[in-house]
Amino acid sequence: MKKPFVHPYIPNSVPATKQAMLREIGLNDVEEIYAEIPERLRFKGRLDIPEPILAERDLERHVKGLLDKNTSCEEFLNFCGAGCWQHYVPAVVDEVINRAEFLSAYCGGDYSDLGKYQARFEFNSQLGELLDLDGVANPIYDWGDVAGRSFRMASRITGRKRVLYPRTMSPMRLAEARTLCQPEIMPTHIKLEAVDYDPATGCIDPADLRRKLGADVAAVYFENPGYLGFIEANAAEIVQAAHAAGALAINGVDPITLGVLAPPGAIGADIACGDIQPLGMHMHAGGGCSGFIAFRDDDPIFAQECPLELYTLLETVVPGEYAIGEAIAERTSYGLRDQGKDWVGTASGLWTIAAAVYMTVMGPQGFKEVGETCIARSHYAADRLGQIPGVAIKLSPAFFKEFVVNFDGAGKTVAEVNKKLLAKGIFGGKDLSAEFPELGQSALYCVTEYYDQADVDELASALKEVLA
Amino acid sequence: MSDHPENDTAAKLERLATLCRDGGVLRDYHAPRWNEPLIMEQSVPGERGICVPLAEPEVTDAVGDPHAFIPAGLRRTEAPALPEIAQHQALRHYLRLSQQTLGMDLGSDIGEGTCTMKYSPKLHEELIRSHKAADLHPLQDEDTLQGLLEIVYNCGEYLKAISGMEAITLQPGGGSHAVYTNACAMRAYFADKGELPHRNEMITTIFSHPCDAATPAVAGFKVITVMPDANGYPDLEAVKAAVSERTAGCMITNPEDTGIYNPRIDEYVEVIHDAGGLCFTDQANANGILGIARARDAGFDACHFNLHKTFSSPHGCEGPATGAYLVADKLAPFLPVPLVGCDGTRYFLDYDRPLSIGRVRGFLGNWMGVIRAYAWIRNMGPDGLREVAEISVLNNNYLDRLLLGIRGVSRPYAEGHRRLDQVRYSLEQLKEDTGVGTEAIRDRMIDFGIQSYWMSHHPWVVPEPFTPEPCETYSKADLDEWAAVIKKASDEAYETPDTVTSAPHSQPIGQMRRLEALEDPKEWAFTWRAYQRKIKARS
Repeated sequence: MKKPFVHPYIPNSVPATKQAMLREIGLNDVEEIYAEIPERLRFKGRLDIPEPILAERDLERHVKGLLDKNTSCEEFLNFCGAGCWQHYVPAVVDEVINRAEFLSAYCGGDYSDLGKYQARFEFNSQLGELLDLDGVANPIYDWGDVAGRSFRMASRITGRKRVLYPRTMSPMRLAEARTLCQPEIMPTHIKLEAVDYDPATGCIDPADLRRKLGADVAAVYFENPGYLGFIEANAAEIVQAAHAAGALAINGVDPITLGVLAPPGAIGADIACGDIQPLGMHMHAGGGCSGFIAFRDDDPIFAQECPLELYTLLETVVPGEYAIGEAIAERTSYGLRDQGKDWVGTASGLWTIAAAVYMTVMGPQGFKEVGETCIARSHYAADRLGQIPGVAIKLSPAFFKEFVVNFDGAGKTVAEVNKKLLAKGIFGGKDLSAEFPELGQSALYCVTEYYDQADVDELASALKEVLA
Repeated sequence: MSDHPENDTAAKLERLATLCRDGGVLRDYHAPRWNEPLIMEQSVPGERGICVPLAEPEVTDAVGDPHAFIPAGLRRTEAPALPEIAQHQALRHYLRLSQQTLGMDLGSDIGEGTCTMKYSPKLHEELIRSHKAADLHPLQDEDTLQGLLEIVYNCGEYLKAISGMEAITLQPGGGSHAVYTNACAMRAYFADKGELPHRNEMITTIFSHPCDAATPAVAGFKVITVMPDANGYPDLEAVKAAVSERTAGCMITNPEDTGIYNPRIDEYVEVIHDAGGLCFTDQANANGILGIARARDAGFDACHFNLHKTFSSPHGCEGPATGAYLVADKLAPFLPVPLVGCDGTRYFLDYDRPLSIGRVRGFLGNWMGVIRAYAWIRNMGPDGLREVAEISVLNNNYLDRLLLGIRGVSRPYAEGHRRLDQVRYSLEQLKEDTGVGTEAIRDRMIDFGIQSYWMSHHPWVVPEPFTPEPCETYSKADLDEWAAVIKKASDEAYETPDTVTSAPHSQPIGQMRRLEALEDPKEWAFTWRAYQRKIKARS
């Protein structure tokens, strides 16, 4: 007879326990419960998956062996960002989010999981300070997702069906937004239309924006910094033009810039969206991304049409004590199913706690300094790379941490350059040649506070050798 | 130590059972109570939590003032009012908040039905925190991501075997996101066949998760919701009446939130297929059917799994999560890009998919969850997965036995039929008898160190609902304790109802009041700055 196996994660796999429980419910075998599933719908075979690796040490060896085939950004220098950026993650951030209580909690109640809700409220509050906006919702999947949701939100608020976006927008983000705004064949489709950019700077062309604005435009979306790294110099003008046309202004923003860049609220944006990944998340091959939506709260329509969960401070029977509750919950898909505002679901709760801790330890001084370091080192890098024969730095010289490096003068493709850099232990910039053919053989390079002058110098010498 | 562990186990069970009968397993619990102010209230001007790297003098000399690169109107003029606080004080604050979070590792999350609160092995956390997993850029050369791609590819193969489906994407960032992906894939399928926009109706059931209704609506479908028949099964006649040449498909759960397995599910699938529609089953709660029944075998064209539920990822205060979306061949061309492929020796990302819906998420997805699911499946093997399912349904039926013996508790629908992994109970009788409803009981049970239960999705078709899901993680003693807590709260409702209605009594804060602030634009405050502006300015 086969020896019964007791699994460490399944206490009731002990035969005596099983028997005692079956006896209690008057059954001889679990199969009697599965009699609820008709024979024709039962799976008769044995699942075609590998036999178990039971010992924890053996499993560790096996999975580590697979992960060891990866090369990480701790082993190589990484100058690729493009929407997932390598910033330093303070140890204290990891310490907090690895706490068992936060790691393992789900949707427990307002009292029993109070700490989770308070951390969430503190995240919203701190991000609100960075953005200069009063309304911040509970983040969800990533920037592209919240861009699409912001477009839908603006369309509901204005009753209009066209959204203008910069042609330099990240094609990946745009693809997510397009999925959310539906193909043209659907009657409820929202039309997304690109606004041209100034080829010298990358910034939105105000004349083209004015041409494309009209009474059917729900929102004008702009990014600051843009996907291609530059600071959108025409931000104020874009907001004014949108408002003059009765449209909303949506500011896509990388929040780590906001110690030094003007925040969406100050620029006059109605809605802001972006990714909190730079605020204390490891990259996790993109899994560190998480998208936020924030908005003005001087008109309740913004909160009412926001698709994501909102939390507010409440009182308790104890004077001076705070509770946190979900506000206007009825409007979400949990309240109204298909009549709700888009949908909500398990999103990125742990990342919001990481970002809360990050914003706390950084404080106003940390954000100012990280901004200054990103600008200084990325500009230093651009200067060094720009001196290499055959290399040109493209678009506006006003950038935060990313910039476009062109190799046309060297007669090399980005793919060739990156392969050779890889051999030297460097991940080169994101290849833009397919996304923006008009930029030729260009790559988007990223230099953050994570890498120091010596790292940048190493990149410059490697590139010089590669292009020689 | 005894030579007869089984005898010891039996003795222990007997002792626990006695304790349970006497109410002795109830804990004298009190949650940590730190009276912890908001972090914004703890700011001390000048303090800081960390030093960040500063540009080297040579760098600064070369580039000058960094602010000069920012166009004049776009410089930040006022520093953000973030807290200024030293590192220990910041850490201590968040640790206190963590202590004021019960969480699953410390508590007993049997009550959080539809959430499958199973144990998440600690080894997995070590694996995903390694720089070989955490510090990878998604756009790295594929040659430097071979280990990750191999894990994801193989995990996909296992999930295909478990569901019987033929293709998979692991891009969605959660269960509802995978369900949304399905709505988009079905939309693309009918667009490709030239049947849009007229085939624009999606059928779901009221006991299917709200996302099965909400996400097809976002995708542009008109949603038809079928109510249950007298036995709690989705009404087959209503489905037949709902289908037409406009039917794009159905998006339904089985077993539904009620835990009732619909034994005629293949007939529903046939009705939809006969009308030219496609069938998706929401398998957020697949724990009771692993190795027992497969979606494809019931005729479904697509299904999904939540890797943070059935496949062990920790829930992380509601994410990040991973949705696995699986399809039959006919829907495979429409999956989002990129997919992970293998040419026999090398793993690669496949972007060359002209009929793809495009993207639902940036980059690759939340593959932390895939690494964990891979490790968990490898640890379980085929027999282990089946054991998970069997113990889940055994636990559920054992708890069911205990709960139905408690005054005021009933289990609507499908009399004489067993439930699989979870049950939706009703406290309607308790409410009628005592005036104490399910929300009050929920807020009382936490006084015993047990996580508050999940009541129900809206609308409450079952009155005064609660929905436990005692998955394989929980021991018999855990189940006994959970039932004892519900019994205690029920007894109190009948004998000293004020004890329940004034609960909770042992939590970090007292009972919440003035809930009208949740709905009032003049009072709601989504951030501290809004609170200061709205509330403090008024008082």
